[in-house]
Amino acid sequence: MTQLPAHVPPHIEGNPRLGTWVTVADGLVHVHVGKVELGQGIVTALAQIAADAIALPLSGIRMVPAHTTHGPDEGLTAGSLSVLQAGPALRHVGAVVRALADPGRQGYVERIAALDPETDLRAAPVAEPVATVAVGSSAPRLDLPGKVLGRASYLTDRRPKGLLHGRVLRPPSPGTRLVSLDPQWKAAGVTLIRDGSFVGVVGEHEVDVDRALPRLADGCTWVESDTLPDERGLPEWLRAGPHEDIEVLDEGPVGATLSASYSKPLLAHGSIAPSVGMARWDRAGLHVWSHSQGIHPLRLAIAAALSLDPAAVEVEHVENAGCYGHNAADDAAFDAVLLARAVPGRPVLARWSRPDELTWAPLSPAMTATVSAALVDGRITAWSYDVYGLGHSSRPGYRGAPGLLGAAYLETPVPLPQPTDPPLAAGGGTTRNAVPIYDVGPRRVTGHRRVDGPFRTSAMRALGAYLNVFAIESFIDELADEAGADPVDFRLAHLSDPRAARVVAEAARLAGWSDPLPDDVGRGLGFARYKDEGAYCAVVAEVGVTSSVAVRRLTLVADLGLVVNPDGARNQLEGGATQSVSWTTRERVRFDRRRITTTDWELYPILTFGEAPPVDVHLVTSDAPSVGAGEAAQGPTAAAIANAVHRALGVRVRDLPLDADAIVRAIEQSE
Amino acid sequence: MVITVNGADVSLVSDGETTLLTALRDELGLVGTRFGCGQGLCGACFVDVEGTVMPSCQTPLWQVEGRAVTTVEGLSRDGEAHPVQQAILDRQAAQCGFCISGIVVRAAALLRDEPDADADRVAEALDRNLCRCGSQRRIVEAVLAARESV
Repeated sequence: MTQLPAHVPPHIEGNPRLGTWVTVADGLVHVHVGKVELGQGIVTALAQIAADAIALPLSGIRMVPAHTTHGPDEGLTAGSLSVLQAGPALRHVGAVVRALADPGRQGYVERIAALDPETDLRAAPVAEPVATVAVGSSAPRLDLPGKVLGRASYLTDRRPKGLLHGRVLRPPSPGTRLVSLDPQWKAAGVTLIRDGSFVGVVGEHEVDVDRALPRLADGCTWVESDTLPDERGLPEWLRAGPHEDIEVLDEGPVGATLSASYSKPLLAHGSIAPSVGMARWDRAGLHVWSHSQGIHPLRLAIAAALSLDPAAVEVEHVENAGCYGHNAADDAAFDAVLLARAVPGRPVLARWSRPDELTWAPLSPAMTATVSAALVDGRITAWSYDVYGLGHSSRPGYRGAPGLLGAAYLETPVPLPQPTDPPLAAGGGTTRNAVPIYDVGPRRVTGHRRVDGPFRTSAMRALGAYLNVFAIESFIDELADEAGADPVDFRLAHLSDPRAARVVAEAARLAGWSDPLPDDVGRGLGFARYKDEGAYCAVVAEVGVTSSVAVRRLTLVADLGLVVNPDGARNQLEGGATQSVSWTTRERVRFDRRRITTTDWELYPILTFGEAPPVDVHLVTSDAPSVGAGEAAQGPTAAAIANAVHRALGVRVRDLPLDADAIVRAIEQSE
Repeated sequence: MVITVNGADVSLVSDGETTLLTALRDELGLVGTRFGCGQGLCGACFVDVEGTVMPSCQTPLWQVEGRAVTTVEGLSRDGEAHPVQQAILDRQAAQCGFCISGIVVRAAALLRDEPDADADRVAEALDRNLCRCGSQRRIVEAVLAARESV
């Protein structure tokens, strides 16, 4: 039985051609999606949705990576929105395919192959929904076998015919110009490419381009300048402004006199592979291969930076190492474009170095917040919150600027934009999760984004929610102490959302909240609903504190609505929580007045195997709409650890990371 | 220069100062060994040289001349995954997977040398392998599960 669609999902409105989504080759239905695999398993989850929607087994479909010409434009793969946005679109596509090709008869796939690719999905009949088979099962990741068996799986492994390797020599610091380059400079096996202060080499062999780079550095003279603030006074610098204020809400709270301030430093993405891009110019135009989160915005940004007709630029997504936000993927792609421009017809694979990845890729902004509240008879009756920071987005095209690193150093430079924030309707940036979920009486919440920052900051997992949840949930514990209440009871007394209360209570129960602990061990809880309408996540941390903070165990409970792939969701929550343990206990981007100084894994250490705690993940069953899992755990984990440190030590540490220095400072301040 | 890679002698044109990683990836096309930092600090490029696991990005070819190198490609033979690889797949103990080649090489060497390694020992042995996605505990569990079949 078929009918005309009552409601067309937004991603269908934007991509209404059937042939954009579905093609057939080699007896398999090829499903084209605009969301990209970043290591989070999304393509497997979307394959499950697509297989059910088309009424085929998972083995009957093949997922095709995103492509600006041959697939739908689904915007960025970011913000834990992929299932929410792409899921309904794929269900709609499947309903049309079933209505037109009848899965009940022999020759279904052949009939799909014969469908008119120009079919308008907005007007085509749709079949009734069918029972789910793949959705809800823990289907194994489609992409993992090749990666685990050591096959060519990543963009950095591509070796197309005629390939040249490329390397770019980044300046010694951001506020820099190349004043001279030795005119006699040459090195074996490479061709020098220069445009203004953008300088690099290409060559047939990796060994040659790698060897040429330090010699190229010797041949360059730069003029540098000091552009960065004093690292020791970073929170004060953030508060000093100038700011653009973000009024989130103001209900006129009064009497909020209990107060505390919290901070986080700049953080690095620290993907295990440095970014890479590949490009080839030929008569047909420019072809780019990138592990960008947004190949369509990247395409437009490349065209804008080089004044090209966007129609002549094609970008396709190829996976690389794990991506946790706007990292250097787009920049590396543009480096490849600039290098390949000098060698038409040849593909150029441009790979960044580890130091460049840690210092030139966009950073997660430093932030600081002051929260004030009134407490009357054990209840919060007023709430006031000010958060200060730097913009959480400088993605390509975000403010009309290309936002590509290499472009800022060309002879005719295209400057990098001042970072800004996503709009509040998209969850905001600085103020993401700045509104407490608790019943706290009248509230005022204001963001203050410094608008003249010299740092290249942008979106990293959870954006401002990481600091805001850390601050709110730390302060809730402080208020519970002030009220003489148990932190879990205090939270439950201020939570009227039953799904929230359930997750908090369940986490406490599963973690053995009231069980006794040794003296130097503490237990703490953190909770939030990501972006106010996403995943509910409560984390209980058990932490030992000696000279440093050792997280011994995490218990995590989440309500994600209907879960497409339970094991995949657990994996995302576990990974998000573990990454947050790393951010929270040790990570900080360091800098002097001129440059970022945390250039390698010794200077920017991340969590090791010996330090990673067991994470016990529980999913609450729910029929509510599916929401993403990848950004739910970071803030709650940070707060849970800080609250546990307070239980263990009797001292409140409000500045991240919770390393030995921060603990010593907090002890000194409390004395 | 001749070295033995995954059981076969190969003759390389790369000079002796070329890193083993670059020779494997660029000259031999064995891209399973990954480039992560080029500084010997992340473990993504680990290979096994006659029983010793080392970062191939810090190993010049002259150092392995005439010696036997095993890469991640050499652990899975005839299409059959190494038990550590199979256990990682069984437990979905990876997210982006970029660190996995080096981890598989390190863990395979550990279980060869210490078949009874416990969780603490596995974690300790992997302490020079970095994972950014937060799969550490799943990986440790997978390596423990692989002990049965090594």
